Amino acid sequence: MSRKKTAFAAAFAGAAMAVVPVAAQAAKPIVVGITSEIGTIPGKAIANGATLAAEQINAAGGIDGRPIKLVIEDDHLSTTDAIRSFQRMVRQDHAVAIIGTFVSEVALALEPWAARLHEPYMITGAAANELSEYVHKDFKAHQYIFHAYMPAAYLARAVCDASKATLVDQFHMKTAVVMSEDAAWTKPLDAGYDSCLPKIGLKVLDNIRFAPNTSDFTPIYQKIETLKPNVIIAGWAHVGVQPTVQWAQQKVPVALAGINAQAGSDVFWKATNGATEGVITGSTAAPGVAITPKTLPFTDAYVKKFGYSPAYSAYSTYDAVYALADALKRAKSTKPLPIVHALEQTNMVGTQGQIAFQGAKSKFAHALKYGPDYVTGVALQWQAGQQKCIWPLKLANAKAKFPGFVPVPKS
Amino acid sequence: MLAIQILIDGFAISTLYALGALGFTLIFGVSGVLNLAHGGLMVIAAMIAWYLDTSLGFGPYVGALAGVAVCLVAALVTYGGIVRPIENSRAVPAHERELFVLTATLLWGVMIQESLSYAFTNSPITVQPLIAGTVSILGVRTPINEIFIAAVAWAVMGALWLLVNRTQVGRRLLAASINPRALTLLGFELDRIYLFVWVIYGLLAGIAGVLLGSFLGSGSDYVPGLTGSAFTIVVLGGLGSVSGTLIAAYIVGYIETVTAYLVSPSLREVPALILLVVVIYMRPQGLLGRR
Repeated sequence: MSRKKTAFAAAFAGAAMAVVPVAAQAAKPIVVGITSEIGTIPGKAIANGATLAAEQINAAGGIDGRPIKLVIEDDHLSTTDAIRSFQRMVRQDHAVAIIGTFVSEVALALEPWAARLHEPYMITGAAANELSEYVHKDFKAHQYIFHAYMPAAYLARAVCDASKATLVDQFHMKTAVVMSEDAAWTKPLDAGYDSCLPKIGLKVLDNIRFAPNTSDFTPIYQKIETLKPNVIIAGWAHVGVQPTVQWAQQKVPVALAGINAQAGSDVFWKATNGATEGVITGSTAAPGVAITPKTLPFTDAYVKKFGYSPAYSAYSTYDAVYALADALKRAKSTKPLPIVHALEQTNMVGTQGQIAFQGAKSKFAHALKYGPDYVTGVALQWQAGQQKCIWPLKLANAKAKFPGFVPVPKS
Repeated sequence: MLAIQILIDGFAISTLYALGALGFTLIFGVSGVLNLAHGGLMVIAAMIAWYLDTSLGFGPYVGALAGVAVCLVAALVTYGGIVRPIENSRAVPAHERELFVLTATLLWGVMIQESLSYAFTNSPITVQPLIAGTVSILGVRTPINEIFIAAVAWAVMGALWLLVNRTQVGRRLLAASINPRALTLLGFELDRIYLFVWVIYGLLAGIAGVLLGSFLGSGSDYVPGLTGSAFTIVVLGGLGSVSGTLIAAYIVGYIETVTAYLVSPSLREVPALILLVVVIYMRPQGLLGRR
């Protein structure tokens, strides 16, 4: 190489080196942490929902040209693992926000860390009331936390609203037994059931709580049968397959409704070998039902990418990532407080409804707003292998019907 | 009415416990191996049966047969790949072999559990019952599957009894459990007897795994619990004692069922564990144990 050429090459390399950091700076990814329970259906759905949202946002140009980079960590349903990975994502990965977990116990353990580390944290599947009550209790210190899902009190309200419109008004049911797994999220849920079910005309005959590791539900069903209720109102998320299968195998002559979170996923039909036929569950959204113009494009893209339909937590996480991206754009900053203030101004169409967060004065500060104008969720029922929407009535694509072994009261 | 319910429900569970623990006690009795990967093998059988039936559409019968077959292969891999190399190793001192086998099978069980969780997630599944529907027994509505499970389990246990007590091979098994050295002196090859007992074990664990999967469900998280309950029953009955295992299975099954019905389903496992501690304290060899 001649001296002239060498000098030219050196100058070019120097110029290139000078340019590269600037270009890298411009496209430096914005890191978002995801903490979840990858081995479970709702946990996997959190990771999937976030992945899909991030890919779509990046394909559309990212956040002012900067792509979102997800760091997905499995907390193995363990609070210790979750806290460690939360700290690591904040300190080593410099995540601007963390999203995830459907386990209230894990979320409750992470909240103090979000407050201490001033890290915006969006909970997208756990439902305990305490999660947003914690934000309300000391708002200034805890404002970094957003409960981007419905608190159990609203879940109970949605179940009661749906039961009134279907079980009571259409099928004249009058009595219920509440049957919930023993977990943090079902305490406020049961309290909500106990207060709202009698108001809609369903007398609560008993309230049964069982350990999440219960393997044989026969004694519980036998006990329920002696009480002769019309419907079992469930509060299940950690369990689902076994009580559903035994309900069908033993032909328990009582309808099964309430919240059976795992039944919100289409994997549930296979996992139960179809025993879920006739089971009603409250869920975030139902396949084929356009709650908003964003719902169906989301489910279609999700099924195309992952090969199965989204569980409830996929909807809430997908919406949370979009809400965060929207907030980051408006905040024009990746600092915690500007992000928090921008998130508080969120008012966007999500897959589950209109997404907006409650203010500091609300008992459920920074939780999703509930109601027909915001988010209510849906009630879906498994009919012939498909999830049909039976409530809200304006969105329903089927009328509730029950398996032959469930007697329906005459009016 | 409640008494009949407890009687029926307890019988089905106890029979399954017995079948599950029988193979476990058999290989201990004959070859001195405590296989702590037991639960893992049972769950493999159930997951394969479920996967072939529900996901690939081969039907419940093909699924069940394949589940048992894969469990048999897994049992032979456990023997050939984990247990035998340790027993034949010169590096492991003879008096520590049992401990090494115990540790190795425990770790093997963890590997099986993690692999199943990776392949199928840890969400529980249920194997489709081979016979659907319910019948009324003295006024108690009982799934036919429960009766079928008890019948199959007893038929298998009956066949095992015939094999051990009425055939030449069975007598060799008995002899190996009582005095392996004498058997070798008589010119029998112990390795072949051990291989044979692992084949029987694989079949028993496979059948128990598939049946349990159609009754109580299955999944990777079930692995430690299944090993634990087999261990409890076998220690209670006396390590290596087949009749002790049967009795212990019914004691544990009925104590659990009575607790679930009369106290709380959440506490069903507690009284049996207390009984186990008491038995270990008062009668360490178990109810019918020899050593």
